[in-house]
Amino acid sequence: MPSQQLDLVFRALGDPTRRALLRRLSKREHTVGELAEPFEMSLAAVSKHVKTLEEAGLVRRTVRGRTHFCQLDPRPLEKADEWLRSYERLWDKRLEALEALLRHPDKE
Amino acid sequence: MPATTSAANTSTTSSTDRIEKQIRLSSPQSRVWRALTDAREFGKWFGVEFHGAFAPKTSVNGRLTAKGYDHLNFEFAIDKIEPERFFSFRWHPFAIDPSVDYSSEPMTLVTFTLEPVDGGTLLKVVETGFDKIPASRRVKAFEMNASGWDAPTKNIQKYLAANA
Repeated sequence: MPSQQLDLVFRALGDPTRRALLRRLSKREHTVGELAEPFEMSLAAVSKHVKTLEEAGLVRRTVRGRTHFCQLDPRPLEKADEWLRSYERLWDKRLEALEALLRHPDKE
Repeated sequence: MPATTSAANTSTTSSTDRIEKQIRLSSPQSRVWRALTDAREFGKWFGVEFHGAFAPKTSVNGRLTAKGYDHLNFEFAIDKIEPERFFSFRWHPFAIDPSVDYSSEPMTLVTFTLEPVDGGTLLKVVETGFDKIPASRRVKAFEMNASGWDAPTKNIQKYLAANA
């Protein structure tokens, strides 16, 4: 994935409303109207969030008749997730080193 | 429910903003405490050599000891030290590009919580604030990290559940 897209993915994920939208889309597809329902937000505002998700490649929109359906595309998320997982491994290593230090305190 | 993976004595909980680790150590709480808050001992397992001791609300500088990175200095802003129970500091977690001045960027908060358990100590480590780190910086750090590791593919449902 080009870093530019990963940048967009992180931006898209940096907002609780958009993360809530993604969670709902992970269960099934929704229309923009359905997505807007639980939020105290205008259709236009939710539509803007959906657009940000689309730009990041996290959501695809298909038009059937006059209705727009949104679907989750999880692939870019896996990349974004990898980022924190790879940093997390540093912590695993640090804690292993801590354990080793406690076991063999005299080893320099 | 957050995504949780378990090894023998460690567990992990994650979202895009935080990393959470728990480890059961077979040393008494006072011993673990010293390994965390004595700057020299902390430096040994964390891979940093400090120029000074840890004290609450005090910044202390350290140099990475890993080969190839030993020209890099880190600022550790010690936050709280509550004897034998709680220790926290703030830092710039991926400040490994010497050409960048990180001082104006948000720091993440690292907290250590100790609790006595049967036969040892339960240590909980939480690092939070990743979402506030500029997206461009995270991408850079990601690229640096990803080049050396193959990260496993994660289950999407678990991922989303963890990011409430």
